[in-house]
Amino acid sequence: MATDLIRLGVVLAWGFVLLVPMLGARLGFDTFAFEWTRIWKVMGVLAVGGLLVVAQRAVSARRPDRAHAQHRSRVHVPAAWGWAALGVVAVVFPWFADNYARDVAINVLVYVTLGLGLNVVVGLAGLLDLGYIAFYAVGAYTYALLNTHFQIPFWLALPIGCVVSAGAGAVIGYPTLKMRGDYLAIVTLGFGEIIRLVLNNWDAVTEGPNGILGIKAPGIYYPVFGEGAVTFVHFYLKSLLWLYFVALAIAVVTVVGVHRLDRSRVGRAWISIREDETAAELTGIPTLKVKLLAYMLGAVFAGLAGAFFAAKVRYVNPSSFVFIESALVLCIVVLGGMGSIPGIILGAAAIIVLPEVFRGLELYRMLAFGGAMTVMMVFRPEGLIPAGRRKRELRGEAAAEGDAGA
Amino acid sequence: MPELNLTDIGIRFGGLRAVDGLSFALEPGEILGLIGPNGAGKTTVFNLITGVYRPHGGAITYDGRALHRLLPHQIVAAGVVRTFQNIRLFKAMTVLENVLAGRHCRTRVGVVGALLRTAAQRREERESAERAGEVLSFLGLYHKRDEIAGNLPYGLQRRLEIARALATEPRTLLLDEPAAGMNPQESRELMDLIRSILDRGINVLLVEHDMKVVMGLCHRVVVLESGRKIAEGEPAEIQRHPEVIRAYLGTGGRGARTQVAGP
Repeated sequence: MATDLIRLGVVLAWGFVLLVPMLGARLGFDTFAFEWTRIWKVMGVLAVGGLLVVAQRAVSARRPDRAHAQHRSRVHVPAAWGWAALGVVAVVFPWFADNYARDVAINVLVYVTLGLGLNVVVGLAGLLDLGYIAFYAVGAYTYALLNTHFQIPFWLALPIGCVVSAGAGAVIGYPTLKMRGDYLAIVTLGFGEIIRLVLNNWDAVTEGPNGILGIKAPGIYYPVFGEGAVTFVHFYLKSLLWLYFVALAIAVVTVVGVHRLDRSRVGRAWISIREDETAAELTGIPTLKVKLLAYMLGAVFAGLAGAFFAAKVRYVNPSSFVFIESALVLCIVVLGGMGSIPGIILGAAAIIVLPEVFRGLELYRMLAFGGAMTVMMVFRPEGLIPAGRRKRELRGEAAAEGDAGA
Repeated sequence: MPELNLTDIGIRFGGLRAVDGLSFALEPGEILGLIGPNGAGKTTVFNLITGVYRPHGGAITYDGRALHRLLPHQIVAAGVVRTFQNIRLFKAMTVLENVLAGRHCRTRVGVVGALLRTAAQRREERESAERAGEVLSFLGLYHKRDEIAGNLPYGLQRRLEIARALATEPRTLLLDEPAAGMNPQESRELMDLIRSILDRGINVLLVEHDMKVVMGLCHRVVVLESGRKIAEGEPAEIQRHPEVIRAYLGTGGRGARTQVAGP
């Protein structure tokens, strides 16, 4: 607890240094004033919030190690209930929400899909990818082009988009296979920008910065029974309510898919590469092939999300696929907890919803958001809901230290 | 058990001939010791056999195949696997998952099978878990299977490395200083373990500094100094071999005195 208080002090001091010039300074034409009251108000809120976090941690740390031993049973039973509750909320929610809330929720679901896809690359295989949004763009443009030029419907374009994205993943991944760490990050950053610049400049196909208009929403056929015959009526899922359910379906497919991959032969190979690539190769794992698979699978999920995005907005242009989007998805993965599916769902919700919540703060919205992220990383470096493996590793060592000290 | 043959192997790092004109064979059913002072090139030999380095000359054959043309993971699939001098486990994975990672080269089902969770995938996972369980039992680690590998005590981490290697179903096992950091009791247990590995039909190439282990276990010993073979023979011969005594203890003359790393 003492170390927590010290860390809180450091955070507050840091926040103070950051906030003083931004909140306090009032520059007139030839005057310079300082508004201390604003600063103290904000610092007060931060301090109270921080103390609550520290108190909560102190209470949970006070519980003896028996809690640690029970941990597994405690997590396992409610996990199913938690998922069930989340499912019920996800299905019921849009019926009671207004369109604004639905739109935010759809965004959350899209970023859940993106976060889980990037999690395959970053969280499982340990390859830092800063250009991930490129595959989202590939998915979006694939559907946009197929739909506007060939009238291919959404549900057929979805698998095609996945295949094209996976191909892009393989093409972009291939030259980076022998790189590690910083170099890999820089090259993926470059490839992400290349894809965006191609979209921006390849006027003949992509319409350049004007983007592609006139994309159709996802459609369904539903049966109508009447006069002894069944006819099928085509219906476009244009309303946010129906689009929400399409996004939910895609997110659920992604959750199930990533969960299954995580507990599979290939998933273990990815994690072993993250842990020690050389040892993995010398244990019989074809590391280059398995890394390429990680890129391709990550790209598949981004392709799903991208195709949906194009179908929802019914318009794509390159400015939706800038670097900050890649950074945002990476934030979701790191904030939520690398390798943790519930963590990434929560991370996506936090990253998308928090800026909306902070809208009241107007100009300081992004500052508050950035501050929240920083505090989060200081106090919970393993993420909101850490992956089981990772948590046991980090906490296990902490517990061992605690025993030695007691 | 196949024969592992090194013929006139050499590798240079810059101007340094780390291994130079080295030839020896690991015979079926034998434990062969590879010893030498620090820097003699023992671990480099392991890296050459397992494909980490490519030799600049010579050939490594195994069961009639040219190992020096294969990638490291293909060499594991061919039946040659190693452990590491400084333990290199997948620390965040559980003990069982580490061993399952070793099963990768003996299993097939890929991404599509995993996504759809096909019957074949479920069968393979079940079989793999069974095989991994057998290996863990053999090494006395079964009760630790759900622990995080990085949290195991040092001695068990060494055992887990051997378990992961055995999970690849090798026919030849290369052990790089397995007794390092072990007390006499643990070393004796290790010797029993290596003998029972041999009984399973796996021949062993052993790099080790602990002379009790080398002399008590190995059928033959190859001695390296500065990348060259200076002696080869049964343990008793090696212990009396004048070149070996000179290399380890230094008998003066022509700068040999600088080599004082001994048993």
